[in-house]
Amino acid sequence: MSNAITHARSWKRPPLIGNAWLRWAIIVGALVYLVAALSTVEVNWERVSLGLSQGWRFVEGFLAPDFTSRSRDIWRGMEESLTMTVTSTVVGCLISIPIGLGAARNIAPLPVYVVCRAIIAVSRSLQEIIIAILFVAMFGFGPFAGFLTLSFATIGFMAKLLAEDIEDIDETQAEAIRATGAGWWQVINYGIQPQIVPRLIGLSFYRLDINFRESAVIGIVGAGGIGATLNTAMLRYEYSTAGAILIMIIAIVLVAEYLSSLLRKWVQ
Amino acid sequence: MLRVESLTKTYATGDKALNGVSFEVLSGQVVGLIGPSGSGKSTLIRCINRLVEPSSGRVFLNDNDVTRLGRSELRRTRRRIGMIFQEYALIERLTVMENVLSGRLGYVSFWRSLLRQFPQSDVDKAFALLARVGLTEQTDKRASALSGGQRQRVGIARALEQDPELLLVDEPTASLDPKTARQIMRLICEVCREQNLPAIISLHDVFLAKMFVDRIIGLRAGKIVFDGAPAKLDNTILTEIYGEEDWTEIHDDGHAMTPDNTEGSELSRDERMAGIT
Repeated sequence: MSNAITHARSWKRPPLIGNAWLRWAIIVGALVYLVAALSTVEVNWERVSLGLSQGWRFVEGFLAPDFTSRSRDIWRGMEESLTMTVTSTVVGCLISIPIGLGAARNIAPLPVYVVCRAIIAVSRSLQEIIIAILFVAMFGFGPFAGFLTLSFATIGFMAKLLAEDIEDIDETQAEAIRATGAGWWQVINYGIQPQIVPRLIGLSFYRLDINFRESAVIGIVGAGGIGATLNTAMLRYEYSTAGAILIMIIAIVLVAEYLSSLLRKWVQ
Repeated sequence: MLRVESLTKTYATGDKALNGVSFEVLSGQVVGLIGPSGSGKSTLIRCINRLVEPSSGRVFLNDNDVTRLGRSELRRTRRRIGMIFQEYALIERLTVMENVLSGRLGYVSFWRSLLRQFPQSDVDKAFALLARVGLTEQTDKRASALSGGQRQRVGIARALEQDPELLLVDEPTASLDPKTARQIMRLICEVCREQNLPAIISLHDVFLAKMFVDRIIGLRAGKIVFDGAPAKLDNTILTEIYGEEDWTEIHDDGHAMTPDNTEGSELSRDERMAGIT
């Protein structure tokens, strides 16, 4: 019995990279690269000190927000932004459903899958600003270009997440429906839809608040909304008005966040 | 009724799950399918309704070759083959009633099923089946709110709602406790006897198989190594199916191990329904 205890008494977690040489080479290499990369960044300290005072004026404006003197512009911008956000989220989500179905490998035939994945890839690889510039050039300044931009971006986002959700479903539930002799649409409606609807609703609300934030950004390139108002305020050095707009954006995003978390809890 | 001829299934990975399996099931016969994990039980059951496509061989249901059916004919055949699953495979977020009615999907149009407008006869049948399996009070509950035994009863009701000519049952008791497992097996076998419905039931538990089925087929590495009455299942045959092991406990009929092993016929009606209601 006594000589049964011959095993070692110290234990250490095995390292992620077994080879000690390789491990240290990677750590030292990463540090050297970091130092080298930082040393190439040129900082113009004069410009920074100039910018600091400008930045401070901005912060001052932010601390003393002026909601009143440009209130008409702000309200119009907000109204445009909210309209853009809601319409583009609804349209984008509706279009993303068939594309998401087609982009799920477990239910779509290969040719459909390839086409739908390509649509998603195009939508996701083009950043909102680039699309907004394109649509502004095509349809002129204003919220219509913004609406198209956000719808387009929503399709890529929603369809991708939806497709991944469908690929992750519990296959046996769909199999059981298939075994009853149900058709393809019935399998979707009974075997798959109940499994993905809660997340679909949650994602739609998440996208709603992303679209609102994006609407503030694409306004800067002329696609209407609160972004255009914000841009004008900045160009006029009206930092108090800009501060007021930023505060309103933050408030609306917070409210949207809170409402969407409530809704997600409710649909679970 | 059902005739399987030299059925073979080789998966894309090269694994040979079934290797020349042939047998016949007569109407009203309840067949137990036993064998070690990976011996091809699930594959065999799924090849019959082509949830898994067999590589070669034939499956005849009432002299119809299931393996040669086109897509819509396959759907029409599948709706007459009820299937009960190991993990119940209920649609968790739908109500018990929707789950049972989903057994009729092969018979109703997409729009009717989308709007949940099933024919009155289907609804009547669903209520009758829910009463039969003792779940009348759970009709509008979500499937996810039920216990394991209740869920499997919903699974049974869904399969019967199809008006099946054949039941395929894949490990119906694997996720259940011994008492519920017996009640579920008893329910399935009673229903089969009532309707003269043939069934193929794959089982892990040899003791349960011996207790309930008319005939046992033993699979090993995709081949049938035993086909006969449960009483003939002795140590030599169990060793042939599963490999060398001490089998004495199974033949003792487990009197010492499990208190709840009395034969179904000896139980009073109340006791038999105890776990069902």
